[in-house]
Amino acid sequence: MKKTQVQTIVNGRPVEFLCEPRQSLLEVLRDNLSLTGTKEGCNDGNCGACTVEMDGRIVPSCLVLGVEAEGAQIVTIEGIALGSGLHEVQKAFLEGAALQCGVCTPGFIVATKALLEQNPNPTEHEIRFWLANNLCRCTGYDKIVRSVQAAACRLQEEAPA
Amino acid sequence: MHWVDYQRPESLDAALQAFAANAGNAKALAGGTDLLVQMRAGRCASGVLVDIKNIPELNEMSYSPEQGLTLGAAVPCYRIYGDKTVSAAYPALIDAVSIIGGTQIQGRASVGGNLCNAAPSADVVPVLIALGVVCKVTSAGGTREIAAEDFCVAPGKNALAAGELLVSLHFPPPALQSGARYIRFIPRNEMDIAVAGAGVSVTLADGRFSAARVALASVAPTPLFAREAGEALVGRPVHAASIAKAAAAAKAAAKPIDDMRGTAAYRRNLCAVLTRRALEDAVARAGGKL
Ligand SMILES: Cc1cc2nc3c(=O)[nH]c(=O)nc-3n(C[C@H](O)[C@H](O)[C@H](O)COP(=O)(O)OP(=O)(O)OC[C@H]3O[C@@H](n4cnc5c(N)ncnc54)[C@H](O)[C@@H]3O)c2cc1C
Ligand code: FES
Ligand code: FES
Repeated sequence: MKKTQVQTIVNGRPVEFLCEPRQSLLEVLRDNLSLTGTKEGCNDGNCGACTVEMDGRIVPSCLVLGVEAEGAQIVTIEGIALGSGLHEVQKAFLEGAALQCGVCTPGFIVATKALLEQNPNPTEHEIRFWLANNLCRCTGYDKIVRSVQAAACRLQEEAPA
Repeated sequence: MHWVDYQRPESLDAALQAFAANAGNAKALAGGTDLLVQMRAGRCASGVLVDIKNIPELNEMSYSPEQGLTLGAAVPCYRIYGDKTVSAAYPALIDAVSIIGGTQIQGRASVGGNLCNAAPSADVVPVLIALGVVCKVTSAGGTREIAAEDFCVAPGKNALAAGELLVSLHFPPPALQSGARYIRFIPRNEMDIAVAGAGVSVTLADGRFSAARVALASVAPTPLFAREAGEALVGRPVHAASIAKAAAAAKAAAKPIDDMRGTAAYRRNLCAVLTRRALEDAVARAGGKL
């Protein structure tokens, strides 16, 4: 019963950690690396609170093993802000009051950023379909969807023509 | 979750050795979206996880109009619908892989895992059956092929022998004037388990059905090949009356149970409705008119 050494890149920085093969990436992020922004809701893939980006696509970190992160590029909610300023998606969620308790928010923001990177101008249907794997028990979703739309507008205004 | 060991073979041979060396105690780990959930719930006691995602043959996705599609067993859903050529050639496969869980699940979940997990409700399996997919399976003892309709043998049980690995799925090239479709019924818009589902494929010639296959989800102990429903179409005119016959045959073939998701009677009716709708869409995709 030996722990495994894993080398990975988290939020742009090379990181090494020791973990048990049964530990999820979510546990490793929170307990070994103290990156507690990523939340645990269900621990079985349904709620999306644990969403992180792994090699360019979003995954539920509760259903990824820490050992599977070997050689991967991981982006968590802690890696979304740009320097000292918030990302447009974060600003839009704050201004649009797209959160109450906030447990779902890191997952929604990581997922939304990934959506807007590949589809800068999504329809409401596309937004709801993309975010179907993210559950929120507080807001009723409407403010979340409006905030995603607001973020999309701002990012498009910013984008060089 | 109980203690597990983890191995990450980089070749098929190394993976088969890992299975042989841990006979009965090793499980293949693809996306883990079924396996890790089951292990945490104590429903799978394996001591060794063999991560199959770094084996080249299991990551292959190659298509040509002459050869069809070879899909490695570990290729995740997002890579499949991210490929324009594959999406254009096999829209019914895209119907299914874009509704497995949500975006995050699709970032991990593989078609091979959906098939090997052998759930009656598995959304891709009816498509594999309808498209006549052949599964390539290998072990230290050699390689064999299994038709998609013979792969699932009981709820959660597949046709693989101990030490056998699903390597790839072979999709025949789409025939001229053919079309296929998968639809399922769930009470929500997304993220739910099929109450029933229908995967169909049709080939048209001179205003008639020249070939057709129908498979159903969630209405039998395994995904169900409703052979009679396809046969009811062959030779008949491309017409609503022919489709109604096939829908009735699908309903008759279903062997559903009552459970929390729906009653058996409701599921039988769904089989008729979903088969009809899927066939109508498949005819349209084949370029036919009803
Ligand atoms: C939140 C959530 C929503 C879901 N929604 C759906 C849905 O809508 N529709 C649906 O059909 N499913 C759904 N699923 C189930 C699951 O995501 C799918 O069945 C998925 O395709 C499984 O693939 P995987 O790569 O994750 O398999 P894994 O979990 O890695 O493997 C599944 C099983 O197959 C075995 N296995 C995998 N690959 C091989 C191989 N090459 N050779 C031999 N054995 C192998 C494993 O050992 C394991 O027993 C959902 C799951 C979750 C958690
Ligand atoms: S904690 Fe991972 S999806 Fe809910
Ligand atoms: S704000 Fe509470 S779960 Fe979404």
